[in-house]
Amino acid sequence: MSPILDISDLSVVYRTPGGDVRAVEQVNLTLSAGEVVGLCGESGSGKSTLAYGATRLLRPPALVTSGSVLYSGRRITSGGDPVDLLAMDHRELRATRWREIAIVFQSAMNALNPVLRVQDQLLDAVRAHLRMPRNEARDKAATLLDLVGIPRNRLRAYPHELSGGMRQRVMIAMALAADPEVVIMDEPTTALDVVVQRDILAQIVELKETLGFAIMFITHDLSLLLELADKIAVMYAGRLLETGAAQDFMRAPAHPYTRGLLNSFPSLHGSRRELTGIPGSPPDLRDPPPGCPFVPRCGYAVPACTAVDMTLEPVAGANGLVAAGAVPGGPAGHLTACPIVTPEVSQEGVLS
Amino acid sequence: MSTVANIWRNLPLKAKVGAVLFGIFLLTAIIGPELAPYDPSFQNPAPNLLMAHPSAQHWLGTTQVGQDVFSQLLDGIRQTIVLALLVGIIATALSVIVGVTSAFLGGLWDEFLSLLSNVFLVIPALPLLILLLGYLSGRGQWPTIIVLSVLGWPWGARVIRAQTLTIRNRDFVAAARESGEKSWRIIAFDIIPNEVSLIAASFVNTVLYAIATSVALAFVGLADLNSWSLGTILYWAESQQALQLGAWWWFVPPGLAVALIGTSLVLLNSGIDELGNPRLRASRGMERVAGHRVWATDPTPVLSQLSSSRTRVAAFLHSFSRGSLLDETPAGGELR
Amino acid sequence: MQFILRRLAFYLVAAWVAITLNFFIPRAMPGNPVESVIAKYPDLTTSAEKALELMLGGGNQGSLWHQYVTYLGHVFTFNFGTDIANFPTPVSTLLAQSIPWTLTLVGVATVIAFLVGTALGILAGWRQGGWLDRSLPGLMFLQAVPYFFLALVLVDVVGIELHWLPVGQGYNGQTTQPGWTLTFIGSAVQHAILPAFTIVITSIAGWMLQMRNVMITTIGEDYVVAAQAKGLPSRRVVYTYAARNALLPQLQGFGLALGFVVSGALIMEIVFAYPGIGLLLLNAVSSDDFPLMQAIFLVITFTVLIANLIVDMVIVFVDPRVRAREAA
Repeated sequence: MSPILDISDLSVVYRTPGGDVRAVEQVNLTLSAGEVVGLCGESGSGKSTLAYGATRLLRPPALVTSGSVLYSGRRITSGGDPVDLLAMDHRELRATRWREIAIVFQSAMNALNPVLRVQDQLLDAVRAHLRMPRNEARDKAATLLDLVGIPRNRLRAYPHELSGGMRQRVMIAMALAADPEVVIMDEPTTALDVVVQRDILAQIVELKETLGFAIMFITHDLSLLLELADKIAVMYAGRLLETGAAQDFMRAPAHPYTRGLLNSFPSLHGSRRELTGIPGSPPDLRDPPPGCPFVPRCGYAVPACTAVDMTLEPVAGANGLVAAGAVPGGPAGHLTACPIVTPEVSQEGVLS
Repeated sequence: MSTVANIWRNLPLKAKVGAVLFGIFLLTAIIGPELAPYDPSFQNPAPNLLMAHPSAQHWLGTTQVGQDVFSQLLDGIRQTIVLALLVGIIATALSVIVGVTSAFLGGLWDEFLSLLSNVFLVIPALPLLILLLGYLSGRGQWPTIIVLSVLGWPWGARVIRAQTLTIRNRDFVAAARESGEKSWRIIAFDIIPNEVSLIAASFVNTVLYAIATSVALAFVGLADLNSWSLGTILYWAESQQALQLGAWWWFVPPGLAVALIGTSLVLLNSGIDELGNPRLRASRGMERVAGHRVWATDPTPVLSQLSSSRTRVAAFLHSFSRGSLLDETPAGGELR
Repeated sequence: MQFILRRLAFYLVAAWVAITLNFFIPRAMPGNPVESVIAKYPDLTTSAEKALELMLGGGNQGSLWHQYVTYLGHVFTFNFGTDIANFPTPVSTLLAQSIPWTLTLVGVATVIAFLVGTALGILAGWRQGGWLDRSLPGLMFLQAVPYFFLALVLVDVVGIELHWLPVGQGYNGQTTQPGWTLTFIGSAVQHAILPAFTIVITSIAGWMLQMRNVMITTIGEDYVVAAQAKGLPSRRVVYTYAARNALLPQLQGFGLALGFVVSGALIMEIVFAYPGIGLLLLNAVSSDDFPLMQAIFLVITFTVLIANLIVDMVIVFVDPRVRAREAA
């Protein structure tokens, strides 16, 4: 079954007077129907740029320099060939946005129009894509609020009159207004306190089960993805470092960066251990170094790392020289760009 | 001086034009009157030289009583600019003092000063100025300067206060306070350096206001009518019916001078604005990518789509150039 | 609602400051004004005291406090004293004759300039970098031109040289009389075209630039990107999501600028010999008619304050956050 969203070889740059900033570099990512894919990375890693670039919502000076974003939703393709979002004109894009691919933005306070009532904003989303008379649309708006557990009397409210959690739920309700196939969620719970976070995440999962849409969940919080996502992709300095099923990440994270991330937060179980962060900072994307961008901060780097071409390869494997903790012969679908654990690069160093 | 060179390089074109234009007038103000062919107040009684058209002898013609308009213009530019600069300096100094201390000290003092600024902002300045100057019959330059300065600080004070409040809440100021740094030192070394562009914009605005208002006041007859400022020239032109008598050379040059000086300041100011907020530049809005116009609000452009829709001829011609995929990039940045 | 009340209180404070200034200025100024009044009006000013009494509008008996209270009372009953130059006409009569002219001309022209300028600013901001936007520096030149200078040029070119439009006065005094007749209104409108045009031309660039800048900032906000992500039609995004939010700072700017607009318009009236307050003011200044000058200052101030209050009410209507800020 073909994936519903197939991003291949996507590159996005920001053109600045000081040079082109390569925010996203040749990223491949797929999303299958009903799947939850987590996109993880620190700020500046390019994860949001990837999502907004794929849906062409980036403002100047952004430019998509390569790749394709193939969408296979049945509504549009009627079972035929997938359509490339990057090749669409204004009109087609407008029809595809929200109806097929919706976005839940990071800060609901900023993403909701301050001068419009909640109802009007929901109606906007509904009537832009679904042909229905006003009163039906109003009913639909009310139903959407029911979906996310907000009392109907909040329809006439303005965004600033709602609490943070409620605003985020409104965003989610709005995203589901046209019954999309894919919902991109950009750090939807980052700005909320932990308790509310839990509730909303539970709500999201429940909605996904009921309505059957796929989710691209963007966050810097890897621990969250371990629970929530089916598949996880880790980004750093505009490149994908590792992808695989969530269990693979839990059991045998391959890339040193991923392992660094996992070591950065404490576990509620098990013995106490020392928390290690990842010292250093990401490279300047105007002039990215050759090979793996993580080399300057990587405790395992070998000279070969600066020559690797960053394609994702299956985690080792056969040849035996693997980083400690990684499971040789890992499951199919667990890919990484790190040469130390992929079989092809011949290496000198063994890691302890 | 390299910081000055840096600032100059970063200014948008608008501001450079404004700065150069103002510089020309400034130069004129400094050396102009020395180069004036005649004493502006000298009344030449020769009848053929009364209200005379521009000629080789009198480049901008003469007034009703035979005075040389060109000389008056040169003197006028100096008077007006000097007055405006003085008002600018005094009023900006006042607004910085009031704005910064009021934001820094807070509390009742801040409330009171804010109220004062707002009241004087909302009360229309010109009628009040007319009233004040009407009573001050010693109508030399100084009453005008003082009165303009006193009414000119509230605008800048408000803006500077707002900015100071933002800065005051930042961590580095809190750190300075915690470490016991004296207030005035914090103000001088931490706060003011961060507000330089704001103060510059405020200064330019005040000078603009001073020019416009002083000219208006002079036009109504409320200035030192014995000295030559651009406004007084216009006053005399109006009262001597220059308009009705068709003596355009009398009132057009001073008016045009005021307009040009004003424009240069407006351009300079809008340039300073854009320096602080680069998003506002017109050049940032619409871009040319691979020869196509892309608006700021369009979907993100895709390189392959743009190149492919080029016409055959254009593509053919382009193949001869060594250029990159992008025809125009903001400052020559190339895509490898 | 509370917001409006707070603003009203503020305007009352401002009005009080203006009135008090008006009270103290003549009493605080050095003696020269009195002498010049005496010199100009020997018949009326038989003594220095009489001159002072005239200047102060007849209220210099008793203690300072007593005078002040009397003065306040006078102001509230619109008793601005007796005019000097047109003795014994009360000042209020003179004002009543001139105010309607100024109010209609300046009021209508300013509103037109604001609306057109704002609309152009919306377009210029949305299509940042387009031809409309790039024409702004040129328009800014027009804005830097003093109102009255442009008036002079227009009068010269259009009125005198080309004889297209009448020059001077508010209406053609030879053919009609003031009254609600069609001829009068027609003549009045005809005479108002040039002055109104001057006001619009010189102020439109300011509104346009301001709205354009606010629009550009607003377009960068997340909710506009979100609106585009929702696939809404462009018109909806421009007007309901971007422009409606940009309108708030624009309106606030309008309120602040009103004082300047009115001032400039007054001077311009002089050039056109338009029978409004501007002309009255000029005559008052040249004839040392202090009671009139003071009264004009007060009237203009009150008008600007009231206009500001109206703008505040519009703001409350447009922006729900303002309403809520007080309720919270």
